[in-house]
Amino acid sequence: MTDLSMPSDTPEPVEKTHNQWWDVWDQFRSHKGAMAGLIFLAFITLFCAIGPWLWDVDPGKLDIRNKDVRPIYVAIWDGEAKTSWARPMGTDHLGRDIMSNIMQGGRISLAVGWTAMILAILIGTFVGVISGYFKRLDWALMRFTDLVLSLPILPLLLVMMLLFRDPLRAAFGPETGIFILIVAGIGITSWMQTARIVRGDVMALKEREFVLAARSIGTPPRRMITRHILPNVLSPIMVSATLGLATAIITESALSFLGLGFPSDFPTWGKILFDSVDRMTAFPERVLWPGLAISLTVLAVNYIGDGLRDALDPRIRGL
Amino acid sequence: MLTYTIRRLLLSIPTLIFIAFVIFMLLELAPGDPMSQMPLTIPPEVKEKMRLALGLGEPWWVRFPLWLKQFFIVEPQYWIDSAFGTNFADGAQRIISFQSRSPVFDTIAERIPQTLWVVGMSYVVGVAIALPIGIISAYKQYSVFDQAGTFVSMIGFSVPPFFSGVLVIVIFSVNLGWLPSIYDTTHEVVDWDTFKFQMQQMIMPVMVLALQTTAQVSRYMRASMLDNLGQDYVRTARAKGMTESVVVMRHVLRNSMIPVVTVIALGIPSIFGGAIITEQVFKVNGLGQLLIIALQGSDIPMVMTITFLLAVLIVLMNLIADILYGVLDPRIRYD
Repeated sequence: MTDLSMPSDTPEPVEKTHNQWWDVWDQFRSHKGAMAGLIFLAFITLFCAIGPWLWDVDPGKLDIRNKDVRPIYVAIWDGEAKTSWARPMGTDHLGRDIMSNIMQGGRISLAVGWTAMILAILIGTFVGVISGYFKRLDWALMRFTDLVLSLPILPLLLVMMLLFRDPLRAAFGPETGIFILIVAGIGITSWMQTARIVRGDVMALKEREFVLAARSIGTPPRRMITRHILPNVLSPIMVSATLGLATAIITESALSFLGLGFPSDFPTWGKILFDSVDRMTAFPERVLWPGLAISLTVLAVNYIGDGLRDALDPRIRGL
Repeated sequence: MLTYTIRRLLLSIPTLIFIAFVIFMLLELAPGDPMSQMPLTIPPEVKEKMRLALGLGEPWWVRFPLWLKQFFIVEPQYWIDSAFGTNFADGAQRIISFQSRSPVFDTIAERIPQTLWVVGMSYVVGVAIALPIGIISAYKQYSVFDQAGTFVSMIGFSVPPFFSGVLVIVIFSVNLGWLPSIYDTTHEVVDWDTFKFQMQQMIMPVMVLALQTTAQVSRYMRASMLDNLGQDYVRTARAKGMTESVVVMRHVLRNSMIPVVTVIALGIPSIFGGAIITEQVFKVNGLGQLLIIALQGSDIPMVMTITFLLAVLIVLMNLIADILYGVLDPRIRYD
């Protein structure tokens, strides 16, 4: 009862301590492009991940009677065209359903992109942290990074694809073998930028007081890196991860487009695009769908990266 | 500056040899065999002789120095010979392609003009478009023009050339019928009509490649202009009563160009990489297409030489970028 009569000079309730990631999320949400990118990436991921269960058509099934079906929207301006509601995106020259191919191809393309990006980030972070933290190794590791940076990446990747394809295929089976090859190829040729950025940040962090404090109580290097250094270089790593994902998806599609990616009965977006180029005069939509899928996914990832960079920068966040 | 240049030049020699070694060992250790495409009916002893004829009989520590010697000594000798009519080479063995059995550099020399035309032109066009976009975007930051520029460069980063190329072919060659979809390299420019045709067939590959350049360079130009526009000397220049055009175009632009020039130099090798794909799309028989054909035919000397030439280009451009930086910006001292 006395509570009600109490004057309102009670201390303000202590503001709930924020997790800093909530602040980052708040800032990220205000970036329209990044939010649109995130929504699109979620959509395309779900489309490829769950789609094949809902759209239960075998992407490899040949259906010669229903070959060269145009997508359903062609019927709007061309009533004569061969369209069918059972094949909303049409079929290719062997009667394979294009929608289920795009779903299956997206699974592979996204899986390659994510795995290759994670591999590149792991190598890059490892090299960057080691080189920034241990002065003795710095010179050698950075010269090595410079050397790898001056290798012509695309030709070397093509060479690797061509030469290591058969043995890996024999060892792991046609699909897994090529998957390992492409992921490893992209991973070990795209870690250098991350390594450079991480090294710079680690070197700056090493001069800070909290590192000195941690060292003065006898923290061993391993715990120093995992507990004090790594959490503080997380933001540049996340930004370069988004860039890495975009590059990995483009590189995989480029390899498939040059005919040096996955085998032909194994669709990826780049592969579908490559197979459709010969018939693009009569069936432009077959080029359009996989190309749009690649471009929009990469565009979405790039926008996410843009928003993430802004959100992770405390100067922009106003802290 | 000179000592720095010389030191960097000397340092690039071991770098290049190391890169050559990496490429060579990758080709050497790879289990792929140049003879694997041959029919299985060839008896093993004949196959062995064919291997020897290709020069594959020797171990790698004999063949790698031999390749280095051929690349760095024999080939320049032939160059000088053909230029001045001398006889330095004296019939020395050149680098021979497995596929055509002709010297690798002869084939490369045939292919270079097409690639240089398309790639060089696209780079010039791309930079020429990018610079004004970057300048205006920075001067009118957050304006509609700036937003549009950001969006266009995002698209340039995201749409791969094998899609943008195919897309423009579908639109301009198939649907509208304005431009030819295949680049005809035998076409010769003799009069106005043939010149017009040359322009028509070049515009698509050039613009597809230029989009990538524009996206990158305009971003750098904008960022660099923004850095400089906020500086004190700009306020001073305005306070002295200089016109806006003098402030922006003379004071700010000159200072902003320093990092952009290095970016332009560093981007040259990567546009050659992009040309591999663009040439495939537009059927230009340039260096990129040569590389793909050589790869498919396991033509190891050809692949090795083209890849190494690209590496030389990268190392050279890194060097030029660093030196340009020192020349343009007197505050930077390497010595």
